[in-house]
Amino acid sequence: MKVFNAGIAWAFGLVVYGFILLPVISLVVFSFQATALPVPPFTGPSLRWYEELFADSGMIEALANSLVVGTISGVASTGLGFLAAYGLARHRPRGAKIVRAVIMTPLGVSYLVIGFGLSITANELALGKSLVLVTLGHIIINLPLAFAIILSQMREEDESLERAARDLGAGELTVIARIVIPVVLPGILAAFLLSFTLSWDEFIIAFFLADFDVTLPIEIWSQLRTGLDAKTNAAGTLVFAISLVALTLAYILSRTTQRRSKGS
Amino acid sequence: MNSHVRWRGWVLVGPALLVTLGLFAAPMVLVIITSLYRREGASINRALSLDNYVRILTDATIHQALLNSLEVVALTVAFSTLIAYPFAYIIAFRVASKWQPLLLLLTVLPFWTSYVVRSYSWLLVLAKNGVINQTLVEWGVLAEPLAMANTRFATVLAFTHFFVMVSTLTIYASLRQIPTNLGPAARDLGASPLQVFLRVTLPLSIPGVVVGAFLTFVLAIGDYITPQIVGGGNELLLPQLLILQVSRRGDFPLAAAMALVLLVIVALVYAASSKNLTLERRK
Repeated sequence: MKVFNAGIAWAFGLVVYGFILLPVISLVVFSFQATALPVPPFTGPSLRWYEELFADSGMIEALANSLVVGTISGVASTGLGFLAAYGLARHRPRGAKIVRAVIMTPLGVSYLVIGFGLSITANELALGKSLVLVTLGHIIINLPLAFAIILSQMREEDESLERAARDLGAGELTVIARIVIPVVLPGILAAFLLSFTLSWDEFIIAFFLADFDVTLPIEIWSQLRTGLDAKTNAAGTLVFAISLVALTLAYILSRTTQRRSKGS
Repeated sequence: MNSHVRWRGWVLVGPALLVTLGLFAAPMVLVIITSLYRREGASINRALSLDNYVRILTDATIHQALLNSLEVVALTVAFSTLIAYPFAYIIAFRVASKWQPLLLLLTVLPFWTSYVVRSYSWLLVLAKNGVINQTLVEWGVLAEPLAMANTRFATVLAFTHFFVMVSTLTIYASLRQIPTNLGPAARDLGASPLQVFLRVTLPLSIPGVVVGAFLTFVLAIGDYITPQIVGGGNELLLPQLLILQVSRRGDFPLAAAMALVLLVIVALVYAASSKNLTLERRK
């Protein structure tokens, strides 16, 4: 299937990669700028802005808040998603299709609308804005994803293992802890890491629901008001690095899962 | 399975269902109810009325924001599809299979910088003293730096950047599902390479194009950050106007009605494209 020749293909590919990577490269390179403005000419390399970043208590608190919100909401949505996926795949309650559709619905609604809905609900219930609300918001956006990922790992072949364990006298909790969880563990970890990453990056819901204690995207957002600043580059590069680590882990786990499904 | 076990299924599904109802369904119902209230001065009149919807239908500012949003999103869908299609095609058919995963990984790399940071990094590139202007002035291409940040151009460019990544993945997935013997078969029957593309490859890859365009539309139309950071306040898109109602004017009822308008637009687009919304090949 040759529509265009190799030269044009190469040139086009390089231009698109340039377009895709230019902002990221600018971000990372100018985070090592020695002077304040993250624009050419490059005056670094210098770690000055990383030092300033780690000396900025607001930024460090926001980073810690994001880690806590991401971890708690990730554990909650993965836990809820796991129980629901297991319940649907193995016990097949009546109305399973409807249950599945209901749990998946939030995926079709934009975060803006979900965040707005939660903020007027909190208002109506006279709940003050807080990181707790942000955490709840992140649970609801990540639950459908965690549920879908884990459900896709629940394979019928594995049910015989569970039945065998029950026949040998294992109770439901033992079956879950000793058979079900170990078998779908890669899916569970991938769901957690994806939920964590999305929470870590989420802006608009936190914008609606956070008060004085903020998450990292909100803190970076408020720093943007001062315009271009090499410290913001350093913060952005750090966020990028942490997301990459989480995603690399998720990727390795999904590879393990694939190998498992091919192997068995 | 006996009824005891079915009952157990509900216990397992119950928590997720309750969380979904409490944190999603109930707030959505409240958004609908709130959209029927009315702001009067500093207070909210809870008598139900359609006033906010009448305002949305008649208010020129809201029309303009809606129009801006639809235009920006339409341009974004067009540009990202036009760039992503040939790009995905090259990766799928002109690169050895073993390199393809690596190239795709490189394609979505910026996806993992944060949402806020990605918009900010476009500001770095487009600013008056930013990477592009400084380089072009230095090379003598430009005498004066161009005003690129805080324009519609910047919003569309930053959106296109993000959605080229999304559409490349969906189109690539579609292209790879085309049976490899179809092209040579058509060639044997006398089709030219262009005919093979137009009559075989393109029609079979339409699902990938539609899924990518759908995701682009849905995610871009509800986005606040990109227009706010790179587009500036020169022209408002619908999400910006919505946030303005909440943060500046305290007009939650109008904001609720606008949120529902967004929801309905997305639902309509979903209904229009749902026939093609699958990446799996139909038998």
